[in-house]
Amino acid sequence: MELQTLTYIVVGFTFALYIGIAVWARAGSTKDFYVAGGGINPVQNGMATAADWMSAASFISMAGLIALSYGGYGGSVFLMGWTGGYVILAMLLAPYLRKYGKFTVPEFIGDRFYSKSARAVAVICLIICSVTYVIGQMKGVGVAFSRFLEVDYDTGLYVGMTIVFFYAVLGGMKGITYTQIAQYCVLILAYTIPAIFISLQLTGNPIPQLGLGSTLLGTDVYLLDKLDMVVTDLGFKEYTTNVRLSGINMFAYTLSLMIGTAGLPHVIIRFFTVPKVKDARSSAGWALVFIAILYTTAPAVAGMARLNLMQTIEPTPGEYLKIDERPQWFKNWEKTGLLQIEDKNGDGRIQYSADPAVNEMVKIDNDIMVLANPEIAKLPNWVIALVAAGGLAAALSTAAGLLLAISSAISHDLLKGMLTPNISEKAELNASRIAMAFAIAGAGYLGLNPPGFAAGTVALAFGLAASSIFPALMMGIFSKGITKEGAIAGMVGGIGVTLFYVFQHKGIMFIPGTAFLGDTPANWFMGIEPNAFGCVGAIVNFAIAFAVSRVTAAPPQSVQELVEHIRVPVGSGEATGH
Amino acid sequence: MSPLNEEQSKAYWRRNLSLMIKLLVVWFVVSYGCGIILFDVLNQIQIGGYKLGFWFAQQGSIYVFVGLIFYYSKKMAALDREFGVEEDE
Repeated sequence: MELQTLTYIVVGFTFALYIGIAVWARAGSTKDFYVAGGGINPVQNGMATAADWMSAASFISMAGLIALSYGGYGGSVFLMGWTGGYVILAMLLAPYLRKYGKFTVPEFIGDRFYSKSARAVAVICLIICSVTYVIGQMKGVGVAFSRFLEVDYDTGLYVGMTIVFFYAVLGGMKGITYTQIAQYCVLILAYTIPAIFISLQLTGNPIPQLGLGSTLLGTDVYLLDKLDMVVTDLGFKEYTTNVRLSGINMFAYTLSLMIGTAGLPHVIIRFFTVPKVKDARSSAGWALVFIAILYTTAPAVAGMARLNLMQTIEPTPGEYLKIDERPQWFKNWEKTGLLQIEDKNGDGRIQYSADPAVNEMVKIDNDIMVLANPEIAKLPNWVIALVAAGGLAAALSTAAGLLLAISSAISHDLLKGMLTPNISEKAELNASRIAMAFAIAGAGYLGLNPPGFAAGTVALAFGLAASSIFPALMMGIFSKGITKEGAIAGMVGGIGVTLFYVFQHKGIMFIPGTAFLGDTPANWFMGIEPNAFGCVGAIVNFAIAFAVSRVTAAPPQSVQELVEHIRVPVGSGEATGH
Repeated sequence: MSPLNEEQSKAYWRRNLSLMIKLLVVWFVVSYGCGIILFDVLNQIQIGGYKLGFWFAQQGSIYVFVGLIFYYSKKMAALDREFGVEEDE
């Protein structure tokens, strides 16, 4: 069957499934809408969390980031950073916040720091983090549509928004949870099936995680040794030892991603949906199991796809691919602009080199490592169609989770918590649906008109969450002495320092030309690149909060009791907004 | 309210913290330790096609993370029972 038709069928089938779930899992109460009724099984929640968490960036871009931009070992910051955060979440935050049993993250911050201002600051931090993150997802939806279904970007975005509208407005967290479970199944199949085939073709081992450490089929040369050899031959740094800038930078980058992960509100609220405190702990483990399936496959995809690409361009050492003989997939992806060649020396062959003066592979987009994988490995068309559905599932599931975090902050924290506290449950449910509709429209608008800073946004969202929300939550649970003044000053200081650092190197609101310090390693604090700065912002947050708390009046007795209360599981009851 | 008296709740919290700190040490060692700080040293050792430091950075640390969470969750469930603060089934 024609690839195009097949892709429409597979993607259409998954969309029908999501809409079916939306109709089945409608929300009947605010509790359904905010926390899916609070009765989600921890394994199911783990699966939904994995889909919530793994975005278009994880699915489409990460393998390429590792293989190309970060040149191998340097990409480990993403692998460790985006998984290690769950250990922190499981031990430092999730069980205690679940015990507290409310609907939103700012609600806890407002109660623990006995202050509506603290809650308002938390809402602002949450909205900044989540909005920067959701722009990337909306772009992912548009891009996936335009690449796979050859509809234009805007149309793709509208279709994606409509689907999310269905299940997020009707079902809130309940609808989102069950669609995320379905989306996880789609995306993990779409990711692992091509990886298994490629691993089999290259090494004869069906498990990509083992294949990456095996010898190449029919030889006694290890795959990674071969890869190191071919990249160094062309002047690139050795794949398995290529450090990202410096050890300190890698350390800071990993730490920022880890605590950013633990501090992202759309991930935290997933743990409010399980029945018990002990479920919150184990559910974090299940989430990481489901995430690890993709995250341990990704480095194998990265290494193998890179090797495949190198060997396509240079089939025998010193002998480059003739431009006329390049394979069909190569031409297909040139059309999309993800690959671009330029025969600089006019010899009719494609020289690939680390030296920009002679390199003729002038553009290799990171996304090509995953998107072109099935074609490079000559897999059947249904696999390619599945990859399309997987990319869309990854983008939609994360977008929906983010939109719920944003809309519940508006309807529950701003409306119910501050502006109209006497609103009835039914009115609040309606308000939450309207807030969701506005959030979708707003995100769609930003997806259609991406602001100039959209390119760097996902990484920025982690830095912001790491420097504002994570420290406030952790101090709220582990210290009884942090005062409202301390917490507010800490959050403002932490997010402020991080934004300042990013803006000083990347431009104010990323507007080119407004950076007052050039974006070069010489100008960086201890050689830490802007994307890795969240952990420094977090340290600033902690330091300010402790210092200010020492000179302000101690928190009231009721807060001491609240902290005691959340530290033991018994008597949690179900999540409640009252 | 907590069914524990002040002394018991302090003891419960201390046990929780000490378990947590031990596990966070492991968390730190496998990722920042083996994957970054000791990377070059561990790369002297090769297991199959993997240099050991590279393996920790791109595979091993993730497996250990999964193990850590389940171990924590199991140990905490036991601690909850010991202090009688587990939730009703």
